[in-house]
Amino acid sequence: MGIVAGSLVDPCSTRITKTGAWRTFVPVVDHDQCIKCSLCEIYCPEGCIHQENGNFVPDLDYCKGCSVCANECPRMAITMVLEEK
Amino acid sequence: MSENTLNMKVVEGSYAVAHAVMRCRPDVISAYPITPQTHIVENLSQMVADGELDSEFLTVDSEFSALSVLVGASAAGGRCYSSTTSQGLALMYEVLYNVSGMRLPIVMNVANRAVGAPLNIWNDQQDAVGARDVGWLQIYVEDVQEAVDTTLQAYKIAEDPEIKMPVMVCMDGYILTHVYEPVQLLDEQLCDQFLPPFRPADVLDPDHPKTFGAFADPSTYMEFRYKQFEAQHKSLDVIEKVARQFEQTFGRYYGGLLDSYQMDDAEVVIVTMGSVIGTIKDAIDAMRAEGKKVGLLKVRSYRPFPVQALRKALKNAAVIAVLEKDVAIGGEAGLVTDLKAAFYNSSIKTPIIGFTAGLGGRDITIKDIRKIVERAEAARKGIESEFEFLDLRTEIL
Repeated sequence: MGIVAGSLVDPCSTRITKTGAWRTFVPVVDHDQCIKCSLCEIYCPEGCIHQENGNFVPDLDYCKGCSVCANECPRMAITMVLEEK
Repeated sequence: MSENTLNMKVVEGSYAVAHAVMRCRPDVISAYPITPQTHIVENLSQMVADGELDSEFLTVDSEFSALSVLVGASAAGGRCYSSTTSQGLALMYEVLYNVSGMRLPIVMNVANRAVGAPLNIWNDQQDAVGARDVGWLQIYVEDVQEAVDTTLQAYKIAEDPEIKMPVMVCMDGYILTHVYEPVQLLDEQLCDQFLPPFRPADVLDPDHPKTFGAFADPSTYMEFRYKQFEAQHKSLDVIEKVARQFEQTFGRYYGGLLDSYQMDDAEVVIVTMGSVIGTIKDAIDAMRAEGKKVGLLKVRSYRPFPVQALRKALKNAAVIAVLEKDVAIGGEAGLVTDLKAAFYNSSIKTPIIGFTAGLGGRDITIKDIRKIVERAEAARKGIESEFEFLDLRTEIL
């Protein structure tokens, strides 16, 4: 892929540019503890937690591991786990 | 009396520059007034209010906003203009990088002024020289006519599809912005012929959406910087080409990258930029009459720094003295450091000494120039002091 001066790109370039590699800790959700309040989805600064088949799941292509979801969860259902790659 | 002389008008430097900007037909002007730049934008504001200039004139809350407005306007395809100085340029710093990184061909006159603290509103060039690495081209002018002519040239250089880089036209505050001198104001038809309307290939357009200045991760960021680096070096030829085209249209030429005075047989060469050149030329005339072989090399384009042209122009000098109105606190000063770097790997082993002078508006006199030449002559036998503050008042230190 060639680059264009002025870093001009077509819209929606973040769909191509994945930023999850910055993460050190990964959120792990205990779905049995989860009461589906959706606070994690609301507070996620990247907007990358969504419901899939009823469960809240972080999109690891974009999750930076910031821990906001884990801190906001009233049920302490999200644990930040050191991710080794 | 030539046709050119007949058309001359005695006007203030700031008016002359504002008039040149009007001739460039900018779509958007955004600026925040700051001494000694104020008269330039005051005049432009008046021209817009009087209907002489059809342009959006945006008054904003700061220099940061002034240039940020132009980022959007330029990306939307407008020809954009601003002007600032000193603390105002400092406040723009973040946006300077955004403009050059997004490759927006904005032109700005910098009315060079000292930077505080201590507070000082007079002329030196610390403001622009301090911003030498932000990606903008920087051309330093000697007099009002050159400021006028270079403002027009700047758009042609900036908007060249191969370049797409912003340009600062640096003119000494007060000395050039507030002086009244005879100037040939630019002819409307000739300007339109010289500078066609701005039609960039890429613009912000809702029908064909694009992102300007998008995120670049470590895998591409360096390549964007390389492209800017490359464009600056390519602009060396464009600056020269545009100066020659200007000569063909308007009959005036200042040297593209460099200009010289009494250089043919010069042994002692003073290298400098800006309005102090007038004083140096007078000093050289006096010294030449005494048989001293002194010459002057004017650096017009400081960014890009014309390494090859400098090597060629200075190859026969016996000693070089760099005089500049800036200081790199902790190092020496911008121009002398760059010049030494340009020569280090060349065959030229001429002694180079540097002087910072005229900071905060202190006059640089013919006596000072003579002192520099004396120091340079002494340096031919061996450098005693590589860099010094000229005319330093040691009694108050």
